[in-house]
Amino acid sequence: MTVLVLGIGNILWADEGFGVRAVEAFHRLYAMADGVDLLDGGTQGLYLVNQVAEAERLLVFDAIDYGLPPGRLKVVTGDEVPKFTGAKKMSLHQTGFQEVLSAADLMDRYPQDIVLIGCQPLDLEDWGGPLTAPVAASIGPAIALAADILAGWGVAPVLRTAPLPPESGLLGNDIDRAAYERPRADAS
Amino acid sequence: MGIETPNGFKLDNAGRRIVVDPVTRIEGHMRVEVNVDADNIIRNAVSTGTMWRGIEVILKGRDPRDAWAFTERICGVCTGTHALTSVRAVENALGINIPENANSIRNIMQLTLQVHDHLVHFYHLHALDWVDVVSALSADPKATSALAQSISDWPLSSPGYFRDLQGRLKKFVDSGQLGPFKNGYWGHAAYKLPPEANLMAVAHYLEALDFQKEIVKIHTVYGGKNPHPNWLVGGVPSPINVDGVGAVGAINMERLNLVSSIIDQAIAFTEQVYLPDLKAIGSFYKDWLHGGGLSSTSVMSYGDIPEHANDYTDASLKLPRGVILNGKLDEIYPIDLANPDEVQEFVTHSWYKYPDETKGLHPWDGITEPHFELGPNARGTKTNIEALDEAAKYSFIKSPRWKGHAVEVGPLARYVIGYAQGKAEFKEPVDKLLTDLGLPLTALFSTLGRTAARALECQWAARQLRYFQDKLVANIKAGDLSTANTDKWTPDTWPKEAKGVGFTEAPRGALGHWIRIKDGKIDNYQAVVPTTWNGSPRDPQGNIGAFEAALLDTPMADPEKPLEILRTLHSFDPCLACSTHVMSEDGQDMATVTVR
Repeated sequence: MTVLVLGIGNILWADEGFGVRAVEAFHRLYAMADGVDLLDGGTQGLYLVNQVAEAERLLVFDAIDYGLPPGRLKVVTGDEVPKFTGAKKMSLHQTGFQEVLSAADLMDRYPQDIVLIGCQPLDLEDWGGPLTAPVAASIGPAIALAADILAGWGVAPVLRTAPLPPESGLLGNDIDRAAYERPRADAS
Repeated sequence: MGIETPNGFKLDNAGRRIVVDPVTRIEGHMRVEVNVDADNIIRNAVSTGTMWRGIEVILKGRDPRDAWAFTERICGVCTGTHALTSVRAVENALGINIPENANSIRNIMQLTLQVHDHLVHFYHLHALDWVDVVSALSADPKATSALAQSISDWPLSSPGYFRDLQGRLKKFVDSGQLGPFKNGYWGHAAYKLPPEANLMAVAHYLEALDFQKEIVKIHTVYGGKNPHPNWLVGGVPSPINVDGVGAVGAINMERLNLVSSIIDQAIAFTEQVYLPDLKAIGSFYKDWLHGGGLSSTSVMSYGDIPEHANDYTDASLKLPRGVILNGKLDEIYPIDLANPDEVQEFVTHSWYKYPDETKGLHPWDGITEPHFELGPNARGTKTNIEALDEAAKYSFIKSPRWKGHAVEVGPLARYVIGYAQGKAEFKEPVDKLLTDLGLPLTALFSTLGRTAARALECQWAARQLRYFQDKLVANIKAGDLSTANTDKWTPDTWPKEAKGVGFTEAPRGALGHWIRIKDGKIDNYQAVVPTTWNGSPRDPQGNIGAFEAALLDTPMADPEKPLEILRTLHSFDPCLACSTHVMSEDGQDMATVTVR
């Protein structure tokens, strides 16, 4: 079985980076089972269609404006995912990601299972800023949820004895979360 | 009231105001307002990016060797081209030379992006401005097959193939979701293709979607991963190990052969599908030659794809370099990106503050201080703008100018310059296409010409991929395995202060990054992106930019359904994500049209 765990969002815009930061943290804490791919999808939009189309099961992390308190997680599954992302003011990538799902459908290669773990953002306009506290606090619970979902699909990830060091993470070159968010005394 | 701009365009904002917001199909947010006269012809155009940027805020104080990784995140589409521009800027500042293999691999990465981006843009973002998807449902599959076979040898062309495809499309449309096609003005009078051409184009839409998974494998081989391939100041990150069998990231014979076979497929798809489609679609729109704008007067290309490593002279760059002004095709001006009097950004009509806004700033001295206020004649509020006041500040995009001139950038600009230089590889395909379509050279200066130049460039890029792949393999076989120069890797080898500029020709046009380095850290960093050139607001002299100029004098069949506006703006392949960012969360529909 092929399972894709996909994080989408733009790390340069504070809570917009939730999806990418979640998949980054998931990778550092857990080793995936065979057949499970983790992908930092960034803001690639339609360019992600082939990875999505090749997955039998798809788990997505994204910042979603549900109108809930900041940091609140909400899981949406199956046919609800495109419908849900189709409503107004939901995800900043929804046009993109909804199109990705539709395009996969049109190609006749729609994943049999789709789960969306969405997090309510607080601040999407802090250019260069970190995840806000409530959203940062939701990364751990979001990962725990993801681990349960993968276990339910028969591909439980294994908790690493120690988290991977940042240099072995999905994002390098100073854009891993700790380096990206560190205070820089010499920056104005 | 009618006025004439210094760059020769007549503007009149007396008629009805039409607001289209947003106009991009992909991420990014732009809005356009036009005034139409009593005959629904566009007489004034106001283009705005309602979002904000300023990468220096994020990069200041960071390591210059990591800047590429940040700039790769500015935009979801041209990740690699920003990264390439960034490493070139750092190398220029620090005087770092890269090995020949690194030059070939970088060219392959950049050309791959050109092919990928042009294909996706044409089939998935722009074709729907010319192709009526719903009309495809009424096509006769046999007649579609006959049409397809009359224009190309592409094997997927049987009546059964088109019948199956039509069945899938029907099922999809009947399910009511329309998905990627949901934003179209289906049935609009400006659609001219017969149902069979529409069905053929939809089939190729799907084939192109499928093919993109192959083309990006080239980025995976040379960049280590995709999306977000790796880059390296001083060369490329993947070592060459010809006999290796799968060391992570290393380039071995098996991977070189994989790239080679994908290049063959890219050439075949471009020549047997994309170009015939472009010609077939173009033949039905020969009388729709609006949208030329600045393309017949003022165009610019920085040039790209150096034949020789570290040689960025005009002679070495395979994509043309230069500026044409005022329609004088026999005079091509050289560009010096380090000259403070050439590239400058103005903010007179942009939502930023400068100490003296009558003057422009060269990017090395660039500042980005937001200052959002509506002009006295704007209508609505700051959070709900009904109509902008173009006499005041009206965009978060700055106005870059070359020696004070507004210019168009992108594939059409590159082809106009290449044609004017008399370079056969650019001139001959243009002449052949125009002859086949029975059109004069002036037809090139249009929306359709912009779309055609992109297709021709896709073919050019696919063939250049073959050239640089063969060059790389030959060099490796001759024993040169070097991919990186690490002589000046550590900051203790750098001067205390340095500044540099890196440039590329991104799929959508000239891209430059200007960096200042101080004590081993980034002190200032400015990116001037193609959509900033094309989508810029007016400058202090009142010159209008490429988007605004291209919309003028276009007749609209139905102003409430502004297909003509979208067609022309999409022909620039606008990418607003890198020039700006979403500030408002609404506008999820493709276009809310308001007529005032």
